Amino acid sequence: MSDVRLENISKRFGDTLALEEVSLHIHDDEFFVLLGPTGAGKTTTLRVIAGLEKQDDGHVYLDDMLMDGAQPADRDVAFVFQQYSLYPNMSVYDNLAFPLRSPLRRLPEGEIRQRVTEAAEKLRITHLLERKTARLSGGEMQRVSIGRAIVRQPRIFLMDEPLSNLDAKLRESLRVELKHLQKTQGSTTLFVTHDQIEALTMADRIAVLDQGRIIQNGTPFDIYDRPSTTFVAQLVGTPRINLIAAEWQDGAYRTPGAALSFARQNGAAAEKVLVGVRPEDVRPGAGDFRGEVVLVEPLGVETILHIRTGEITLLCVVSGLSSIQLGEVLSFGFAVERLHFFEMNGRRL
Amino acid sequence: MANAANAPRQKVVISTRVDKVSTGARLTSSFRATIAVIVALIMLIPVAWMAMTAFKTRPDAVAVPPKVFFEPSFEGFVSLLTSRRQLTNDEIAVYQQRTDLGWADQIALIRGQAITGPSAFPRQLLNSLIISGVSTVFSVGFGVLSAYAFSRFPVPGKDDLLFFILSQRMLPPVVVTIPIFLMYRQVGLHDTHIGMVLLYTAFNLSFSVWLLKGFIDEIPREYEEAAMVDGYTRLQAFRKIVLPQATTGIAATTVFSLIFSWNEYAFALMLTSDAARTAPPSIPLVLGTGGIEWAAIAAGSLAFLIPVVIITFLLRRHLLRGVTFGAIRKG
Repeated sequence: MSDVRLENISKRFGDTLALEEVSLHIHDDEFFVLLGPTGAGKTTTLRVIAGLEKQDDGHVYLDDMLMDGAQPADRDVAFVFQQYSLYPNMSVYDNLAFPLRSPLRRLPEGEIRQRVTEAAEKLRITHLLERKTARLSGGEMQRVSIGRAIVRQPRIFLMDEPLSNLDAKLRESLRVELKHLQKTQGSTTLFVTHDQIEALTMADRIAVLDQGRIIQNGTPFDIYDRPSTTFVAQLVGTPRINLIAAEWQDGAYRTPGAALSFARQNGAAAEKVLVGVRPEDVRPGAGDFRGEVVLVEPLGVETILHIRTGEITLLCVVSGLSSIQLGEVLSFGFAVERLHFFEMNGRRL
Repeated sequence: MANAANAPRQKVVISTRVDKVSTGARLTSSFRATIAVIVALIMLIPVAWMAMTAFKTRPDAVAVPPKVFFEPSFEGFVSLLTSRRQLTNDEIAVYQQRTDLGWADQIALIRGQAITGPSAFPRQLLNSLIISGVSTVFSVGFGVLSAYAFSRFPVPGKDDLLFFILSQRMLPPVVVTIPIFLMYRQVGLHDTHIGMVLLYTAFNLSFSVWLLKGFIDEIPREYEEAAMVDGYTRLQAFRKIVLPQATTGIAATTVFSLIFSWNEYAFALMLTSDAARTAPPSIPLVLGTGGIEWAAIAAGSLAFLIPVVIITFLLRRHLLRGVTFGAIRKG
């Protein structure tokens, strides 16, 4: 059983507020992702849980035990760093064995060997065991550092952007492997990333963090389909969501120049709104609006169209390769039931 | 190169196969090496001259023009390591008849002297070893600890403290010799090993804190933090992770501290007289009877040089090796 609870954690560094009243509850076996831009306080949250940083306010509970004053060693968590993670001048084997040789555990060498071999097999790094860490590639290094976390059974894995220093291909394959490992091992994981794809693909639950505050907390579906602010809406999804400023006129929300209009949805009553339209919810071919295609980006599996209408350029995604040509004028509509309405300050209506 | 088809397409500057290195690159590198050797030779001339003088007889040492080829003699070492007495002409005649003289006695006899006992030099050399060794251990040991603290912890007034530590280095030591001399007389530290160790440690500490802080700053904190999360206390993480990483810095600081306290002259001259006298102030005092004993002084300097050479030689691998942090990826 692992259960991690943060209650109203606040942390300042000098004059800057790094975390403000952050509360989280991570359940057993859960893959929890903290998503946010650089400087949002994601890493600080991890460090507070690990005991590497002391919070100014609030409490950390691990398995319902108050851990506020506990040393990192006594918290029994595993930390996978973004970089600098392996002990230099030690072999891969010694790196993996290091946590098991800690004076807290004092395992016999036989058991250490067995556990290290097991972890190495899981991560397919058995052939690297005798090598020095300086002579590993980036992907191998991150495997080893994940291995160092799984040789013991910690309460929780804290992963601080472990994939962000890798190249795209490697990141993708290690992402799949990590998720697989987490599901087969049933290990509770708190994973920090600024990459929305990692968050959406891996998470059981996501908390979106911005400027030290949790903006939204929910399943990937909640985050994608019901973003609570324009910030969250823009953070997840590629290409980005279209945000269109519109004003209430003649019984509908209309854009300046009245090129587009949107029917009012479930009691949205503000004078001015921001309408969010996901690119896949722009439907070319049929509809009430007309626009000119100003850019076509064929990606193979999908094609991104940039459609200009009046002052506005909308992004639109159609699946597969499209026959629509640059410069073509076409009519389009929206998936009306999937529109998002936000107040001008960004809050969801 | 035999034929153009075998030649590499691009200029090869470094290769294990000499025939594949381009002629230009080979010439440049041998030119550089030649310059380096010449400079090194020029630098070594005084040392070589000192070594030669140590094996000269007194007339050879002061000969004009200087003698490059000479008959080696241990006269310098004998006058360095022994105390002697000038013999009268009658006594010389008696001594020359004796057959029980050792080789050292015979060398002394050439100068008309008889050996009366060992000189103070070996003990002074030993004092130098003890004082500089112990003070180096202290200044590097304390230096590592405080450099680590300055590097990792939010010490209140850190910048001011570091400047204060550095400012000790700005003071010419000679300025404080008299006050320290008076204080040491009062508290009974004059001419003691402890007094000298304390003094050299204090003087070296500022230097070693700054030097080591630079090295420790370079070691990413993530290493210790990983170790602490992995179940080690900060002190264990320091010992297992930080210290091995700082070897290069520690070696460099050790050599510098050692050379400073080993060579220190002014304080040693003022603050020691007999029991704790070190070698530097005593070497120029090997003035025998009648004139300067250049051979003896050179012999003393040579003996004095050897320990530092040995230590530097032993640590050369750490000194030369760049700061290699194994698994760093900069993102």
